[in-house]
Amino acid sequence: MSSANTRSTLLMAPAFAWLTALMVIPCGLILALGFFRRGLYGGIEYSFTLENVALIFDPLYAGIFLTSAKIAGLATIIAVIVGYAAAYAIAAAPRHRQPVLLFFAVLPFWSNYLIRTYAWIVLLNREGLITQALRWFGYDGEPPSLLYTQGAVVVGLVYNYLPFVILACYAPLARMNPELAEASRDLGASAATTFRRVILPVTLPGIAAGAVFVFVLSIGNFLTPALLGGGRFQMIGNVIYAQFLTANDWPFGAALSMALIAIMMALLTLQAMAAERGAGLDRKEPGHG
Amino acid sequence: MTYSFSAPPIRATLAALAASVVLGAPAYAQMVISNWDGYMAPDAVANFAAESGEAAEMVVHATNEEIMGKLIASGGKGYDVVFVSSPFAEVLNNLGLLEPIDPARVPNLANLYPEAAALPHDPGNAFSVPYAWGTTGLCYRSDRVEGEPSSWSDLLKPSEALAGKVTMLGTDRWLLAAGFLARGYSVNETDQAKLDEVEADLIAAKKTMLAYDDTTFYSKLVSGEADLVHAWDGWCNYGIAENGDIKFVVPSEGSDLWVDTMVVMKASENKDGAFKFINYILDAKNHAWAAENILYKVPNQAAMDSLSPDLIGAFPNMGMTPAELTGFEQLRDVGEASRAYAKAVSAIKAAQ
Repeated sequence: MSSANTRSTLLMAPAFAWLTALMVIPCGLILALGFFRRGLYGGIEYSFTLENVALIFDPLYAGIFLTSAKIAGLATIIAVIVGYAAAYAIAAAPRHRQPVLLFFAVLPFWSNYLIRTYAWIVLLNREGLITQALRWFGYDGEPPSLLYTQGAVVVGLVYNYLPFVILACYAPLARMNPELAEASRDLGASAATTFRRVILPVTLPGIAAGAVFVFVLSIGNFLTPALLGGGRFQMIGNVIYAQFLTANDWPFGAALSMALIAIMMALLTLQAMAAERGAGLDRKEPGHG
Repeated sequence: MTYSFSAPPIRATLAALAASVVLGAPAYAQMVISNWDGYMAPDAVANFAAESGEAAEMVVHATNEEIMGKLIASGGKGYDVVFVSSPFAEVLNNLGLLEPIDPARVPNLANLYPEAAALPHDPGNAFSVPYAWGTTGLCYRSDRVEGEPSSWSDLLKPSEALAGKVTMLGTDRWLLAAGFLARGYSVNETDQAKLDEVEADLIAAKKTMLAYDDTTFYSKLVSGEADLVHAWDGWCNYGIAENGDIKFVVPSEGSDLWVDTMVVMKASENKDGAFKFINYILDAKNHAWAAENILYKVPNQAAMDSLSPDLIGAFPNMGMTPAELTGFEQLRDVGEASRAYAKAVSAIKAAQ
């Protein structure tokens, strides 16, 4: 083994041990738990069963997976459109301003997720800031109920995960050789065509990375639907939470978690494949990258 | 009843934390008492230690389910006295984890109301001692709701003026209880056909409901976000404390009786100390703390008799008699049916 190899093994060891101890082993345990029975009093009975796995496909739970995917998908689409535009604007700004703009984009991450979500409650509730602002402008009808709607859940998810999209899309946009776009214009392509045929393909891996992040984090989210949806919108994360913390049905909670992890893994694999393809494109363009 | 995210008064919580930090110092065999945050006097453990000479440490659990997980996993080792709601005390007893209560070592049991010694889950206090009890009903803004709500249907099918301004408890047992009670069923109903009916009723009720809320419903009344909420009696009092127009009523169909209890673990290495602690809490003055500070009724006659009439004047549900309370059906452990309960609640919450 070369010394470089030894060094990289040594450097990798702590992260590897960390991931194994705190990620791989617990996930393995969860996986195993899904195949046991729930004890009468909420404990675990160690006899093998496929009951929990079968229950995932019950129309109720399969339907909740689907609803979660819809809500997460909607949040992803909005976050990608808004985030890409923001990333484009930042990448197009003068170079010395870009770090400052990026700093503001990720600033919300430095405060607690729960607090940021509560801020939306303050804003959206019936007696909240929006209603008060409307009243100030002379509106005196029935205040709108913006909170506890699906829209509020989507807004909360988009808001919380937008910085991921901005960062993921900014990187390829900033790295892109501006001469590519210039060449396209010189060769007669319209601005729209240049964007569609040149800029978009080069930044696609960034979009994919950002989108997968938003989708994966949204579909498993339980705080936002609980707080901004007022419990009226059950996402799969809420069902898992309830199985572990109120129904005391760990085996079924574990089976649901397993299904969720499988969905996430599949998406992350697709994204990694897209990224690889993007890296291949990069290599074919001499002169940068 | 402090289920799910229990949030009794914050100053009590902070003081309890401070006390547990200070008392955490001596490391020798001391008793461990687990309770919800802020559910007893912050200085209770320190005073008990000073009075009895027993070293004790207080730890907190946020939910019944959390402490149940720990107790079942460890067989109860590491805990001496635990505060849990009665259905969970039943489960612990069924699992053989509880020490029978020795009345000879808890003379203050005499302070309990006779009704509190004859609760359906544990007649004669064989394995649990009730700490607080109460019921569930409707908490509302009398200045914004026309007339007095009198039925569970006022919550499930509110008038047009109240549509979108009601909240319901989201915890399995109480959410379903509202549906069961509206149809005149038992709050411990396990018949699947009846459960299905109630599931459909509660799905229909979502259209006129603002949100499910177990923790902040009384602040929604205060702020005006909601006008009528499904509430535990004690928590409605937190709203009444902030706005005198808030009132509590038990619907005519009746309601549930919930009981939070103290139990002694069989694995306790200091059962004598554990019984002394329960006896200490049952002292009229000590038990009255809970009534005066967290505005929950306690099943202790001597303690309730010592309350100021002003307190009961301000919070009328504090004056409910033990006979009224025990006239309601007590929530019991429903065993296997809890999976069906959880599924029904998932279906209700997922329905659009």
